[in-house]
Amino acid sequence: MTHSALSRVRPARFSRGAGSIGRFLIALLRSPQSAAGTVIVLFFLALALFGAQIAPYRANDQSNPPRHPPTAAPLERLRRVWDDPGRLFETETYRPGPYPFGTDTLGRDVFSRVILGTSSIFRVAGFGTLIAVVIGTFLGLFAGYQGGLVDEIITRVFDALLAMPALLLALVILGIIRNVETEPGSFQAALADNAVLLVIALVYVPIVARVVRSSTLEVKTRAFVQAAQIRGESWGYILFREIFPSVIPALVVEASLRFSYAIFLVASLGFLGVAARPPSPDWGLMVNENRGGYYQLAPWALEYPAAAIALLVIGVNLMSDGIRRAVQRSE
Amino acid sequence: MSRFLARRLLFLIFTLFLTTVIVFLLTRVLPGDVARVLLGRDASPAAVEAKREELGLNDPLVVQYVNWAVDFVRGDWGQTFASPRQDIRAIVTERLVNSGRLAFLTLLIALPLAITLGVIAGLTEGKLSDSVISVLSLSVVSLPEFVTGLFLINTVALRWRDNPIADALGWFPASSAVRPDLSFREALPALWLPAIAATLVLMAYIVRLVRAGVIEELKKDYVRTAVLKGLPYRTVIVKHVLRNALIPTVTVIATSSGWLISGMVVIESVFSYPGLGRLLINTAINNRDLPLIQAIVAVTVVIILLANFTADLLYALLNPRIRLE
Repeated sequence: MTHSALSRVRPARFSRGAGSIGRFLIALLRSPQSAAGTVIVLFFLALALFGAQIAPYRANDQSNPPRHPPTAAPLERLRRVWDDPGRLFETETYRPGPYPFGTDTLGRDVFSRVILGTSSIFRVAGFGTLIAVVIGTFLGLFAGYQGGLVDEIITRVFDALLAMPALLLALVILGIIRNVETEPGSFQAALADNAVLLVIALVYVPIVARVVRSSTLEVKTRAFVQAAQIRGESWGYILFREIFPSVIPALVVEASLRFSYAIFLVASLGFLGVAARPPSPDWGLMVNENRGGYYQLAPWALEYPAAAIALLVIGVNLMSDGIRRAVQRSE
Repeated sequence: MSRFLARRLLFLIFTLFLTTVIVFLLTRVLPGDVARVLLGRDASPAAVEAKREELGLNDPLVVQYVNWAVDFVRGDWGQTFASPRQDIRAIVTERLVNSGRLAFLTLLIALPLAITLGVIAGLTEGKLSDSVISVLSLSVVSLPEFVTGLFLINTVALRWRDNPIADALGWFPASSAVRPDLSFREALPALWLPAIAATLVLMAYIVRLVRAGVIEELKKDYVRTAVLKGLPYRTVIVKHVLRNALIPTVTVIATSSGWLISGMVVIESVFSYPGLGRLLINTAINNRDLPLIQAIVAVTVVIILLANFTADLLYALLNPRIRLE
């Protein structure tokens, strides 16, 4: 077989392009559940990107009256319209008012804080997942293709790491480094500032690597990989140009699943008080700060961030479930 | 069988070794001087140095680890760093019993409920009841534990406080901060709400697994054969499909143990219930109590590994087709 003949051994269904992405998007948006999930996620993503322009107050602006009830409580509005249907046509009914979600005990606007908290949860969960996916893909491809002792060691170590629940590992690491003093501007300070992001990446690397490894094991015996080996292609070429494209479907599914767990994990760590520090507008932290005795005084300061977490988690879950089904269908 | 057992046990010990090494390294290598944290910022360097010597922090890492591991296996888990110095094994065991009660009650509620819902969803795949159960288990039920927990406190405990029935039973208090040394019956009223919150967390996972198991079994050839030979649908489902579909769910209890434990860390914190998770967050991590953190993590990993080990065995015993090689 000549060189050019060998390079044509790759089956057509592994070629990827605009067409397959389009088919994937159509499959994703066809189901109402995953379409709704995608819309919710995109909505929060827009808030994360443009929140600073939308939020009426700064996150720690305390110039507002403390414990002001929400001026846009939907149930309250409905009741008013119910009592007097004429109000349905008054513009007053649709005005959000100065504090749509109320203010907390320190006089900070909950609406602004919820909006401004979006970017940090997206940044930490998103980049944490991204780092985990990149490193995990590399390790998984390497271990799966290499096989032998290297594979055995990597797999055993990762299996052992996975015995510890992600939340527990993250909690222990963050708890231990939480009160460490660092010099401003130093490398250690940069690490400490991004501790949650790095911990998310760390706890998800083994999981991503395991998924990529098992796909790699499946693919590496196929004819097109053997053809590339016979052609004398370099190791990197075989890993990334021949094997990697076949791993992408499984990787996309796993990445979206990891992202949804990461959102969950960041919110939980924030609630447990080991992620963000006060006074940052972190959703989990806001829920934690406003429970207990404060809850009776200003329940809205807890309820709106909790609702935001709930909505985002549901949205991400529905979307990632949709992605899984769309990928399976286009396979 | 004995080869299989030996291999699983070896893996168990290796995993335990690796996780304890990792946690040990984390507590030692990550920045932050324990002695200084203990003595406060104003302590003199000499006092800090003396404290480090007393705690054995100046020994080489390997020596420190081996000392700790040997003592741990012997049952001497040391004392807490924070004063008053307490015996770690005594507190950890007491809290472990409390967490165990919560886990027991949770499984008692969650398993029958989740398996029933999963079977219903699986048998009616694609129909309305399946969609409702699937969407509910995917969304509402997969919320973070603290959101569900706080929701339960704010609705059930606070708004239904004047409900005469709940009042008479003493159920559903807003805080489950009971004394750690209560008996199970005394602690039971405080356990219901956290157990329901944990049930919601665990249920989503089990429902999905059971549903997938039932759907997969229904597609098998033997089901078609059974239907074609004229068996009533009911018999096919109960005697054949469920029997096979539910074998994997035996292992679910075990494989979800990690999930359940991390959920309970959060739930115990929400409800102020004196379990192992609350000990970890409120005492161990807040005081940066390294021996206590190590002991809690080691105990947790042992539980998870033993659960997985039991699951493997049960699975093999229940399903004779699986060869233990």
